Amino acid sequence: MSTLKHGTPVIITAALMLGLAACAPATTSTATQPAASHSPDAAGQVSGTIMVFAAASLKATFTQLASDFEAKNPGTKIVLSFAGSSDLVTQITQGAPADVVASADTKNMTKLAEAKLLDGTAKNFATNVLEIAVPPSNPASIASFADLAKPGVKVVVCASQVPCGAAADTVEKAAGVTLSPVSEESSVTDVLGKVTSGEADAGLVYVTDVKGAGGKVKGIPFDESGKAVNTYPIATVGSSRNKELAAAFIAMVTGADGQKTLRAAGFGAP
Amino acid sequence: MRQARNGGYGGVPRWIYVLAAAGGLFVVLPLAAMVAKVNWAQFIPLITSEASLQALGLSLRTSAASTVLCIVLGVPLALVLARGSFPGQRFLRSLVLLPLVLPPVVGGIALLYTFGRQGLLGRTLEVAGLQIAFSTTAVILAQTFVALPFLVVSLEGALRTAGNRYEAVAATLGAGPTTVLRRVTLPLVLPGLASGAVLSFARSLGEFGATLTFAGSLQGVTRTLPLEIYLQRETDADAAVALSLVLVAVAVAVVALAYRSPRAAERAPALSGERTTPAPGQGGAVR
Repeated sequence: MSTLKHGTPVIITAALMLGLAACAPATTSTATQPAASHSPDAAGQVSGTIMVFAAASLKATFTQLASDFEAKNPGTKIVLSFAGSSDLVTQITQGAPADVVASADTKNMTKLAEAKLLDGTAKNFATNVLEIAVPPSNPASIASFADLAKPGVKVVVCASQVPCGAAADTVEKAAGVTLSPVSEESSVTDVLGKVTSGEADAGLVYVTDVKGAGGKVKGIPFDESGKAVNTYPIATVGSSRNKELAAAFIAMVTGADGQKTLRAAGFGAP
Repeated sequence: MRQARNGGYGGVPRWIYVLAAAGGLFVVLPLAAMVAKVNWAQFIPLITSEASLQALGLSLRTSAASTVLCIVLGVPLALVLARGSFPGQRFLRSLVLLPLVLPPVVGGIALLYTFGRQGLLGRTLEVAGLQIAFSTTAVILAQTFVALPFLVVSLEGALRTAGNRYEAVAATLGAGPTTVLRRVTLPLVLPGLASGAVLSFARSLGEFGATLTFAGSLQGVTRTLPLEIYLQRETDADAAVALSLVLVAVAVAVVALAYRSPRAAERAPALSGERTTPAPGQGGAVR
């Protein structure tokens, strides 16, 4: 489903990209310095369009960051495409025209680095931890991680194959609690959906998902969440044709302004 | 596929064949590309892993159950739509066909708000001790929802093509409506019913969106083969491709079955003497 859901926007944005790239001034091709050497101040002179591929959990934050960036740098355009981190890797490996990639885990970024598809090295810019999400009325009276194992409680988690599921496995072990979930979803948004619709009594999602859901779910933090911290890296894609703008955007994300926005959304410091 | 009979003087211009070949390639090439990606050395272990077998077994079981449910609900619907006459008939037909064009995820959301815990019927069902969410029943409901139109459309078309002359004769000879239905109508449209059932089974087997939205995903309970493929794709592309091939093989078998039946349906009335006249503009609407 994911490919269906994200495929079309990718194609459309890709088509847009190609059209815009054709009109863009040729000066952008001179920038070949590695991302790290750019200071945030250099952002003033950039122009053109870049395509940023970001993990689904970054949707709200990166949409905000991109519009802030465009406002500060007239003449630039940040096109965003969101998908699960492993989908992003597949898309970039298959030649999707990304300039910047931000993954929700280091494992997927390492895959891109090993395939030599990155320009320079990735930079960690945020962390995220799990939290228990319950419907606002908290029908099963969940107060701790151990409560999730109570008989009759309908818990939904991510499957072990996806990053949020791997994190759930880790905290389960750390807490010494064995969960018997009623469903193991393939994305964290599906877990959240089961909680917001009231089907599940509780779900294990990221802190940022709880914040992003507004009042539709209640978050219950738990100590063991610190045992599974997901680190978010960001990098310029090797095939980018506007590495200067890509670097400027990365500098903004890793800089003070970007970090403030990320912190407000519930992300931790890298 | 055997239109070659009148090929010699064929009314089809040659360039049409070129475009048709492109159309054929468009369908076959991706499948061939997938087959080329199969890791044959690991194929058997990949498709016989516990998770894979459970997913395949669950898919076959739930699809069979939803096909039965489709027959139970769909045959009366098709009869009423083809033979009945009441206000709002056309409207009912459009409504029944809706799941055919609706994105399955929308169907899943609709089912969630009907049978879910907070849904329209969910609370009543819960009081009655029935919990549908996250159960195999939810999978069957999701599959039936998307597959029902296939059966209704096939059968309604067959009923209209068969006409009601035999039924009228049976009635004049003193047979009651139920006897006519059992002894005349249903035997006449049996091939159409069979192809409809096979198509419903195939659609159930491929169901993904509604199941994911409504039933969840748990090994052996709600994780059918399409859901397993979607999940395996995250970490093990080889397993996803191998399982996809299994589903393609099942689909090919099902389509082969379904395509045999309509021809049998065409032959059946012809065998019993003259062909009945289809209602204007209705004949063969299914195919």
